Amino acid sequence: MVSIKDRAEKALNKKAAIGEDIDLDEYETMDVDAYEHVDSLEDLDKSDKDTLTSVGMDTTEEERSASFLQMDQSELLAKVMYPGIEVMSTPQALEKYDWLSDYMWNAMAVDADKYTATTELDGKSGYFIRSLPGTKMELPIQACMYIGDDSVRQTAHNIIIAEENSEINIITGCSTANHVKHAAHIGVSEFYLKKGSKVTFTMVHNWDKEVDVRPRTAVIMDDDSTYISNYILTSPVQNIQAYPTAYANGDNTKVFFQSILAGKEDSQIDQGSRTILSGNNSQSEMITRAISDDESTIITRGDLLGKSQDVRGHLECMGLILSDDSKIYSVPELRGECTNMELSHEAAVGKIAEDEIQYLMARGLTEDEAASMIVRGFLDIDIKGLPDELAKETKKLMELSMEGM
Amino acid sequence: MLLEISDLEVEVEGKKILKGVNLQIEEGETHVLLGPNGAGKSTLFMTILGFPKYEVTNGKILYKGQDITELETHERIELGLGVTFQNPPAIRGVKLKDLLKIVDGKHDYKSEDDLDDEVIALGERLKLNEHFLERDVNLGFSGGEVKRSELLQLLAQQPDFIMFDEPDSGVDIENVELISNEIGTLLGQNAENTKKAGLLITHLGYILNFVNATHAHVLIDGKIVRTGEPKEIMDNVRTSGFGEI
Ligand SMILES: Nc1ncnc2c1ncn2[C@@H]1O[C@H](COP(=O)(O)OP(=O)(O)OP(=O)(O)O)[C@@H](O)[C@H]1O
Ligand SMILES: [Mg+2]
Repeated sequence: MVSIKDRAEKALNKKAAIGEDIDLDEYETMDVDAYEHVDSLEDLDKSDKDTLTSVGMDTTEEERSASFLQMDQSELLAKVMYPGIEVMSTPQALEKYDWLSDYMWNAMAVDADKYTATTELDGKSGYFIRSLPGTKMELPIQACMYIGDDSVRQTAHNIIIAEENSEINIITGCSTANHVKHAAHIGVSEFYLKKGSKVTFTMVHNWDKEVDVRPRTAVIMDDDSTYISNYILTSPVQNIQAYPTAYANGDNTKVFFQSILAGKEDSQIDQGSRTILSGNNSQSEMITRAISDDESTIITRGDLLGKSQDVRGHLECMGLILSDDSKIYSVPELRGECTNMELSHEAAVGKIAEDEIQYLMARGLTEDEAASMIVRGFLDIDIKGLPDELAKETKKLMELSMEGM
Repeated sequence: MLLEISDLEVEVEGKKILKGVNLQIEEGETHVLLGPNGAGKSTLFMTILGFPKYEVTNGKILYKGQDITELETHERIELGLGVTFQNPPAIRGVKLKDLLKIVDGKHDYKSEDDLDDEVIALGERLKLNEHFLERDVNLGFSGGEVKRSELLQLLAQQPDFIMFDEPDSGVDIENVELISNEIGTLLGQNAENTKKAGLLITHLGYILNFVNATHAHVLIDGKIVRTGEPKEIMDNVRTSGFGEI
């Protein structure tokens, strides 16, 4: 048998199916013990804490059930405050659990592209989150990927396992430190949702103008499980390409992908979501709201594949173009492979309607205030499936991300 | 004089719509504007509001003695103009309540909670409950709800000169009374010496049984062709149509 390492070596120069090719050698890998551990997020510098807060981290950790922080390639903090969940670095988890190796590169192929391959070969990184059977934890687990130095190439291999009938909420924030301009981030996340489990995964990205980002996410779902993904990107980035895929293998599964994308300056954003509906009576809803400003380009992709009976899927992409030099491309795909199912999509791209601006101006708002109110309204999608508190918090997070828009 | 319009000519997308409109409205007066479809009634409102598409090619608009012809819309609103639209657009994600709070919040004596309470209380006056206020403005509103929501926004705004564009169209008889009462309140018709004034477009005239109008004008093809006492003019239109005027 060919080893994982060999497959990774072979794929090291393999371009991704989509997205601009990034020269990863431009960046430096960092040592796993480049930084000291911390006991709490409170121990970080004020400027780092502010950045973390902006991507949804609660640095007091009071409203969280667990915290994880990876700075460049080093794990700085892995702390669990409540029973029923496990959070640690992936290398640590591999030492602890023999069986974990079966989950590595199972949802995602190690040789999918150079980014997965590099993640394997750079090694020794990422988080492991596991909820034990029957655990219902409302307080979110927070995990942060942080780039603290210039020209760093950060990789992370994350494994998330929700055991039977467990429910967890994860908030992940990914960001560069204030002084970091140029960096690369590759995050591989493999999710395993066992029977009856439910995972909400809210991810906020706040990169910088010269940061290349390649998340690689796959979710494997057993019967009666629910996966909810909320993705928020409202700050400039150099180039990001992601196409998370949910494999709804079990019966009666539910998948929601919701993405809010704001393209600024010359950001290149290529963000998709895909659900493969292969269990019976499963459903997926994938919603994207995109606004493009300045010279940004946004490509939003959606792919629904219905392979089994009684599945339903809906894809929705709404784009608002704010500047003449920006672009939005919407690429929806529906693929039906059996009789009894329903897949639909809805897409619209346009500019802010003049009559809406005027209506608000007739109530006393200036043109800018009116435009900003319309844009915020446009991006304000109802977040489904979250517990009340978390829904409120996610709303707040979105508002925070949208400040100054 | 609260509003004084002289020799107003307006083009929309290169087409001349208003062809020399003259109109004077004093404090305390309520004028009715009648006229056939396409005559330019709504165009006159949009021009008074200063929407960019409505190009003033001649004449001017004085409000409270100030020439406002070149002002931006929001500046005119700050001076005390207000309007209810005939067909307002729906805006996804913008809640009626948030809009009301922005509009009402300009009266700066309130705390956030007071503001919230007041907005809800205003809504109840127009039979739009708290739950309704959480809806996106005009999105899926019924015809009657649109009209009540328009009035509600004016109640929050408290303008001095108010233009009502067909506030009664599509409204059932019971609600016409409700709406008329609030129009009366907005115009201070129950108070003595109100300093407010209004201009109201209607096709039906039934609303005039409840709203106390002082003058009426008939606009045909971009010109005011007749001015007089509201009941008399309305009767005239009802019996002989606009053709005979
Ligand atoms: N934004 C616009 N673009 C193009 N034409 C317009 C625009 N606004 C008004 N018009 C034209 O100007 C003319 C007058 O329209 P207006 O809406 O002012 O009529 P109205 O008197 O309010 O009619 P109604 O009783 O049907 O509401 C119409 O022919 C209309 O098509
Ligand atoms: Mg009209």
